[in-house]
Amino acid sequence: MIDLVIDLVVVALVLGGTGFALVAAIGVWRLPDAMMRMHASSKAGTLGGSMLFLAVAFGLGDLSVAVRAVAGIAFLLLTAPVASHLIGRATYLLGVPRHPSQTRDDLDGRYDLARRICRAPEARRDAAPEPAEGDAGR
Amino acid sequence: MTGALEIAIIAGWVMLGLAFAIGFARLVRGPHLPDRIVALDMLALIAICAAGLQALATGSTAFLDLALVMALVSFLSTVAFARYVEWVAFRRRGQANPPPLEQADD
Repeated sequence: MIDLVIDLVVVALVLGGTGFALVAAIGVWRLPDAMMRMHASSKAGTLGGSMLFLAVAFGLGDLSVAVRAVAGIAFLLLTAPVASHLIGRATYLLGVPRHPSQTRDDLDGRYDLARRICRAPEARRDAAPEPAEGDAGR
Repeated sequence: MTGALEIAIIAGWVMLGLAFAIGFARLVRGPHLPDRIVALDMLALIAICAAGLQALATGSTAFLDLALVMALVSFLSTVAFARYVEWVAFRRRGQANPPPLEQADD
């Protein structure tokens, strides 16, 4: 009985993990913009990899395997946001054109590439001639 | 190993192969340098998934170590590529007449 439950869980995790990897690939192929592609690959891909690690932990049923699988999940969850953030920042700094549906750029004019400094939004609010208008816009 | 698990593993291989093909198409096609880096990152993640699937199919724990090492290497390579793209952006900012973005990755 418990073997059947474990088998069903492993089957569901394998199908879900590979399915999310396929969804990540389809997102990377279909989305129109480098930022959106980064979004698809980082989130769906991390979920797919984590589900496959869980499937290995449940399927092999060994303590050392389970510890390694949990370590792999923790490593994926720790590194995927850092890597995608770095790719996103590099994409922004390179000035890759964005999709026309992306109308707002909060970092516009605030990033000093030569000194690698991003000014805080308060600096621009203080420099604005009419603070009341800025508050209304916010 | 029941029959359902073997069928699920075969279906998983099919889906991972399809995902690898689609990601490789984006790697070849990608108009700009960051698109290619994103595609490469995703291909490394699909390879990690394939190593996990192989560990599940054969029962060998060596493939799990392989998946862990590939996760580490893919993270480091992504960080290095991102630094390189920032360097390219920095160099383009200094150029008076930078080349078009499609040829920014020399």
